[in-house]
Amino acid sequence: MRRTVFPHKVLPWLLLAPQLAITLVFFYWPAAQAFRQSVLREDPFGLSSTFVGLANFRKVLSDPNYLNSVQVTVVFSLLVAFFAMSIALFLAVQAEKIIRGKGFYRTLMIWPYAVAPAIAGMLWLFMFNPSFGSLAWPLRQLGINWNPLLDGEQAMALVVAAATWKQISYNFLFFVAGLQAIPKSLLEAAAIDGASRRHAFWTIVFPLLAPTTFFLLVVNTVYALFDTFGIIHAVTGGGPGKATETLVYKVYNDGFVNLIMGDSAAQSVILMVIVITLTAFQFRFIEKRVHYG
Amino acid sequence: MKHTHLMIVGLMALPMSAQAQTEISWWHAMTGANSEVVDKIAADFNASQSDYKVVPVFKGTYPETLNAGIAAFRAGQAPDIIQVFDVGTGVMMGAQGAIKPVAEVLTEAGFSFDKSQYLPGIVGYYSSPEGEMLSFPYNSSSPILYYNKDIFEKAGLDVNNPPKTWAEVWAAARQIKSSGAATCGYTSTWLTWIHTENFAAWNNVSWASNENGLAGVPELAVDGPVFVNHFQALADLAKEGVFVYGGRTSEAKQNFTSGECGILTESSGGLGDIVKAGINYGIGQLPYDDTVEGAPQNTVPGGASLWVMGGKSDEVYKGVGTFFNYLSQTDVQQYLHEVSGYLPVTMAAYEASKASGFYEKNPAREVPITQMMGKPPTENSKGVRAPNLPQIRDILNEEFEKMLAGQQDAATALKAAAERGNAAIREATGG
Repeated sequence: MRRTVFPHKVLPWLLLAPQLAITLVFFYWPAAQAFRQSVLREDPFGLSSTFVGLANFRKVLSDPNYLNSVQVTVVFSLLVAFFAMSIALFLAVQAEKIIRGKGFYRTLMIWPYAVAPAIAGMLWLFMFNPSFGSLAWPLRQLGINWNPLLDGEQAMALVVAAATWKQISYNFLFFVAGLQAIPKSLLEAAAIDGASRRHAFWTIVFPLLAPTTFFLLVVNTVYALFDTFGIIHAVTGGGPGKATETLVYKVYNDGFVNLIMGDSAAQSVILMVIVITLTAFQFRFIEKRVHYG
Repeated sequence: MKHTHLMIVGLMALPMSAQAQTEISWWHAMTGANSEVVDKIAADFNASQSDYKVVPVFKGTYPETLNAGIAAFRAGQAPDIIQVFDVGTGVMMGAQGAIKPVAEVLTEAGFSFDKSQYLPGIVGYYSSPEGEMLSFPYNSSSPILYYNKDIFEKAGLDVNNPPKTWAEVWAAARQIKSSGAATCGYTSTWLTWIHTENFAAWNNVSWASNENGLAGVPELAVDGPVFVNHFQALADLAKEGVFVYGGRTSEAKQNFTSGECGILTESSGGLGDIVKAGINYGIGQLPYDDTVEGAPQNTVPGGASLWVMGGKSDEVYKGVGTFFNYLSQTDVQQYLHEVSGYLPVTMAAYEASKASGFYEKNPAREVPITQMMGKPPTENSKGVRAPNLPQIRDILNEEFEKMLAGQQDAATALKAAAERGNAAIREATGG
């Protein structure tokens, strides 16, 4: 392969500068601060600080509440990623079948994406509020003792539903695009060979969608891990007990409510390591199995 | 070139013209009608003199305001005055060097500071163990009992006689439920504030060692037998569906205003929303535990106080002192009390409201005051303080939620809460 060599030495740096500046200011600088803070023990006002080495990490990792939060996060993320992707795929396939009003249907599907997480949380909170929620009443009539304020599993179901609902639009968009890219000739050939629609979907469409599915898997995992803070904050505040306290929520709670800066910083450093590992793992191992067509 | 010169001169002139008036920033967390009160007080103060200008800035909820203040302090941009809620008091007291005691600000500004002019229950809470007033009590409230008169009537209860003891509350709540007058008998906001902190003071039992933390590092005593009995009763009622849990802060107010529950314990500051809901309500004292000798004692203040940040110029402190002096004037306090529903801070303002016949027209408005002033406070009833009270409240709430969900009994919940809370206090004090 022939390499193109550009004569300028300064210009590329200059062109990169805005992006580099943003990355430095909004990523590297705060990340460095988090590292620094994670090895210190400080009072909230920063009046006195002592270097404690890795003590904050040891404390966090041996805290049963932290381990509980890891468990909550795994359950929450898996449920959100699975439901958000499978429901979106189902809806995208159905949207393909529509002949009239396709655009209208799609627009309606994309709408929820424009709703801010905190607002989405409030909407679900109101619908399922045990005392006046419009959807809590039918649940009660069905004989379900609906009380997410005290029942941890119901609270989890509620935040998963709200987080899933918000992410379906995004996934839907990508699945629709992915479906359109699949050559019709393949499906026609399958139909001529006598394959049922279901069979054709699982043996032709689904494998060909793999790149899209893989991309969405990464995006949805990151979404469930980080972007759902607003929903959890609005709906449950991490409760009842600690049933919906995800890792990100715990960082906030320990740092900004309980004002334990060192612990909070140590947790965010751990979180950073988790995300780097997860992304690297996904790209290294899962991507190998993805068929890019 | 000439233009730049002009611009520099122009820029220099700007702060010069403002120098005649010293600006004092006041960060607060008041919303709705209460934020209008803040703006009016600041505007009236600014109009009353020309040396200082108080600029109120809304900074979000109580915890958000405190966080904003802490972050600003760390960045060297702290406001002059910051409103901090009651549970943040311990955090502020621990920050010596970051704050300047209010008593000092007032005397240095040339005002006489007489503690006896202020309501003792309130001033005691915001003072150091040595008795120096550290922050200025701006808005104080106290928990009281609200009941729905229509539901009481339907259930065959005495409409003019709200339950006075917890045993009476449990009985009335059960009657409301069993008679079908309402689906829920009793609910409460702020379980930690009302059922542990105020419960302890009102019944004169210890919440924690060292005068509930006012005299030193506290060791929680919330797993004592009086608490266990009380919470077991709550857990039993929850199981029967008589008590309905609303949430950790003031969410349960909705269960009352929607007519779902017949009885509510809530802050006196919550009166506005209950009036707005248009229900036929009545007010009673906070119930006490009649199995405890000496109860009722007195309740402790909730709400917020104003802290003065350290490291400011003498000119600013003089302005802050002048402003606080203005704030404690009788007519200002009377306005604050009668409009916002918070308690008056000075004795004179209380007397003035009394003399004007305000309580004859609104008898319920005196309940939180008499409750707090009824008896001189004991070591159990001056208030509670911990370096990390927000965290302690979280721990208690988590254990209460597990208890109310039927996962553990009251004794287990309170024991776990005390152990976890004490570990957190040791951690926070570096022990």
